[in-house]
Amino acid sequence: MDVSTFLIQLLNSLQYGLLLFLVASGLTLIFGIMGIINLAHGSFYMMGAYMAFSLTALSGNFLVAVLVGVALSVLIGFLLEWALFSRLYKRDHLDQVLLTYGLILIFEELRSLLVGDDVHGVPIPELLSASIQLSETLSYPVYRLFMSAVCILLAIVMYWLIRYTRLGMMIRAGSSNREMVQALGINIDLIYRIVFGLGVTLAAFAGMLAAPVSSVYPGMGNQVLIICFVVVVIGGVGSVWGALVAALLIGLTDTFGKVIAPDYAGLAVYVLMAAVLLWRPEGIFRRI
Amino acid sequence: MPLPRKKTRNYLPLVLLVLALFPLFGSGYYNELIAKIMIMAIFAMSLDLLVGYTGLVSFGHAAFFGVAAYSVVLLSPKYDPGSLWLVLPAAILTGAAVAFVVGLFVLRTKGIYFIMVTLAFAQMIYFVFHDTPLGGGSDGAFLNVKPELRIGEKVLIDLNEPMQFYYIVLVFLVAAYVFLRVLLRSPLGHALAGIRSNEHRMQSLGFPVFLYKLAGFVTAGGLAGLAGFLSACQYGFVTPEILSWHQSGNVLLMVILGGMGTLNGAAIGAFAFVVLQEVFSALTKHWQLLMGAVIVTVVMVLPGGLSSLPRRLKGLLIGGGNRNG
Repeated sequence: MDVSTFLIQLLNSLQYGLLLFLVASGLTLIFGIMGIINLAHGSFYMMGAYMAFSLTALSGNFLVAVLVGVALSVLIGFLLEWALFSRLYKRDHLDQVLLTYGLILIFEELRSLLVGDDVHGVPIPELLSASIQLSETLSYPVYRLFMSAVCILLAIVMYWLIRYTRLGMMIRAGSSNREMVQALGINIDLIYRIVFGLGVTLAAFAGMLAAPVSSVYPGMGNQVLIICFVVVVIGGVGSVWGALVAALLIGLTDTFGKVIAPDYAGLAVYVLMAAVLLWRPEGIFRRI
Repeated sequence: MPLPRKKTRNYLPLVLLVLALFPLFGSGYYNELIAKIMIMAIFAMSLDLLVGYTGLVSFGHAAFFGVAAYSVVLLSPKYDPGSLWLVLPAAILTGAAVAFVVGLFVLRTKGIYFIMVTLAFAQMIYFVFHDTPLGGGSDGAFLNVKPELRIGEKVLIDLNEPMQFYYIVLVFLVAAYVFLRVLLRSPLGHALAGIRSNEHRMQSLGFPVFLYKLAGFVTAGGLAGLAGFLSACQYGFVTPEILSWHQSGNVLLMVILGGMGTLNGAAIGAFAFVVLQEVFSALTKHWQLLMGAVIVTVVMVLPGGLSSLPRRLKGLLIGGGNRNG
């Protein structure tokens, strides 16, 4: 492997890892703060990708599609939290697993009814469709760099939101003691609704962002969901910081695994998880 | 700590009689359907040992079912019937052995971690069969001739015969049920129940909690292997889909649909699930939409599962029943 190939793979793994982080951070936030295990999280990713596809086809503009898609995702998140999840906070994890499993089936079939079962592509927006020439034969697409930049930006915003804003303070307080926060006169139901909406939107946004580089296909959500579980297990449930580190680790493992041993790359990620489990069953990072 | 006796036990002989006499009246299609339900009932009961009795919510139980089914195909000769003496114990052992290895990892975790880690390990095994040529890759593999039981030259049991297969499944269902009942009344069963209600207390009482959980996990894996063996013999082929997380989700659904912590409930859940699946898929190709709606409804309005329905109805009619059950 020469230097430029290595560099390209490094950029790819960074981009993949950051994208995974975007999806997994929503999953880990929803669990860490609300105590909800959400199997349907991958479905939101899938939903985002399909929204990017349909809305781009409708409006002819990727940016418009993303903006409308984000608004729709927030709405969907609020509605689901209000109608279903808000009733499950006091229940067992088992009920949450079941409910969200049922939701996966529903979302998957709705997708099939509304958009069909074909594989689709979303064109890369013109402004970002160029490539950067690395050497005479190798180049790197600008859109992928753009993706990584957006992910990093969002990670910083999220950190700032949770650490330094009043809302973030209430969110952190709510995750450690729901009743106390409520007693202090803070509308914890609203906080939870916001967190859930945020988690759903993050996953859907990741789907939209990924749509132009990976095709849009049935079952794409489930694949991401399981990898995100691995991210959360490695990083530590509820830790956003851990999710970032784990997602980057998995990005590296998967991308370089595919280069070195293509047949067994699917397994590499799980081997990594098994190793971390032996070393630290609670994940690399405890909760923030 | 004697487990409370369930009233439904009284109906068991009747259910058994119906199952035993069914093939005399039913047609081929329905016999096959009932056999499938019985296989799923064994599978669901094995998971109930973990979910309902030990408090371990496993989302990767299909792995043990699947590897056992694959072992049947891989161990049978290509054009001759395999020997039941070899294939059956091998399948159960495969399920148990894989459960042992997986258990060493996953039992180090608890609660929500456990759910995610079991799912991830099952997915890893799925990829082994999906991506490598070991079991025919994503196409799966055929079991051309089903196993038979021979003593000398005489064929005692031939699983290629649908009637014989039906009764073998019935025998194994009863055996699995009795085995689990005995196990649950044994010291191991009581220890598992203790772990379910308070793991820390069991630990401080000096019970090797990890070993007990591992024993439960391996037993459940072996029984899932039995179900996988029967399933491979019923259809004569295996695909990676039998290891998929949908399979794990479905069997978990059966356990909860029927009401966990009651072996009867797991069987009822298997029955309800397979029948619903048949009815819905006859109605529309988008049957999962209806199944999803049923699941969501059950979770939202019926937390105790289907087997809590009579009690709830009674509570509603007589009044004063515990609505939150």
